Amino acid sequence: MIVVAAVDAQTLADAVGLGAIYALMAVGIGLVFGVLRLVNFAYGQLIMAGAYTLAFTAHWRVVWSIVACVIVVVALSLAMERAVFRPLRGASPAVMLVTTFAIAFMLQAVALLVDIRDNTIGEVATSIAPLNQAITVGGVEVRKITIVAVVVAAVALGLLALLLLRTTIGLHMRAAAADFPTAQMLGVQANRVIAFAVLLSGLLAATVSVLLTVQFPFVGPDFALRETIVVLVGVVVGGIDRLWTATLGGFLIGFATGVINGALPTEQTVFLPSAVFGLVILVLLLRPAGLFAWGRPAVERV
Amino acid sequence: MAEAALSVDGLEVRYGAVPAVRDVSFEVAKGEIVGLIGPNGAGKSTTLHAIMGLVAAQSGAVKIAGTQLLGRSPEAIARSGVGLVPEGRRIFADFTVEENLRLGLAARRGPRGRRSLSGAYELFPVLHEFRRRPAGVLSGGQQQQLAIARALVAQPDVLLLDEPSLGLAPSLVDDVFAALADIRDGGFAVLLVEQRAQRTVALADRTHVLANGELRLTLGPGDADDTEKMVAAYLAG
Repeated sequence: MIVVAAVDAQTLADAVGLGAIYALMAVGIGLVFGVLRLVNFAYGQLIMAGAYTLAFTAHWRVVWSIVACVIVVVALSLAMERAVFRPLRGASPAVMLVTTFAIAFMLQAVALLVDIRDNTIGEVATSIAPLNQAITVGGVEVRKITIVAVVVAAVALGLLALLLLRTTIGLHMRAAAADFPTAQMLGVQANRVIAFAVLLSGLLAATVSVLLTVQFPFVGPDFALRETIVVLVGVVVGGIDRLWTATLGGFLIGFATGVINGALPTEQTVFLPSAVFGLVILVLLLRPAGLFAWGRPAVERV
Repeated sequence: MAEAALSVDGLEVRYGAVPAVRDVSFEVAKGEIVGLIGPNGAGKSTTLHAIMGLVAAQSGAVKIAGTQLLGRSPEAIARSGVGLVPEGRRIFADFTVEENLRLGLAARRGPRGRRSLSGAYELFPVLHEFRRRPAGVLSGGQQQQLAIARALVAQPDVLLLDEPSLGLAPSLVDDVFAALADIRDGGFAVLLVEQRAQRTVALADRTHVLANGELRLTLGPGDADDTEKMVAAYLAG
């Protein structure tokens, strides 16, 4: 709380914006984890692929550039599921995690090959950069992208909640996440549920691509890599086994990163990861099962 | 006997080298209950799991209305008209009662509107009363009713029950068995795996006794009061 008091309103606004983006990434990772019990380390490379698409189509009209980004990311996401996740279904979590590492490195290498053709590494995605300008809201300078990120995240999470709670496919996804064997025994179609979760996860990755490139328009093969690691940590801190706790964990680590970044003197921002991960270690020491894990009594009803 | 809704023919299941079910054959017709009893480890649940595709069978045939089921996935078997009420009920405790029932509609081949739940609510009015509550707050007996209703809303041709009375107080067992009689009268083919031998023999049209993975003998409802025969059935292994 002392830290929060020490930072200004603008830093807080930025922190909320960053938290919103990280929350979207956490949901994208959590949705796939729910149905596949797979932590997709390559999630950041989906976002990277979207960012490159935005960079390569920067001269298009913005709307078409975004459409292209969504198509590329969703297609890549579905291809990943079909080619890798599906054959590995039921493999041990360690095998699946290591495999997603391999996919992540492979996609980075592919990005490098595509990127290096003009003899420079990195492309610039500038078409939506004007959103980075600030406007004044109640005497506080807030970048437009912060407002856009918060609104987009709120709408996306709201729509997702409606889908999960109100539709049949959402019910099937929740059942698959809670107890997949029983869901299948009841006739829930595994391939359909998993493909749908991967599709949603891809849509979220594409959204994050757009939001992140506004703030970091310089796109390289390691785009979103650091963010993914931080979000994965946030998801674990929140509790990956439930979507809402994973999402909240993602938001909180984004928010904490933003606040610590604002509180640290400029010349010391190099210590930001140390400060964030130090905080994570502290949280996990105090609450090993996750920040929001309240012990549920196991009651056998008779 | 009417044409079989479910026929099991020469079913063999092994866990590694250990045979669990050996050359088991029986049939269940529409509108009848067939019981499967026997001591622990006799192969009752394994037989059910093989029918449902949860364990692989080495040989034999499991047919529903003439269609071979062996080799299909549980989700495909559920969608071909086999409903399972699993041991331990396996309800989704965090979901509402109605959501649990709607999950049962996943395997339904006909229309899946809200009205398709009305039959289940008629059979078990308490489920309608608690339909918006989390299923975890139901009592054990009510959860068992929910598990049965969840299988029924799919309108399966064959209903499999794996020890539905397990862990229930005696008065609740009465309710479950009464419901099973109603379900039979509704024209379903019911295969009932149970530990409560006497109750099962009294209710079922036929009851097969399994021991060491083999069918040892078949009892009719009249045998339920024949204590000697019941004891002999259990000692047959």
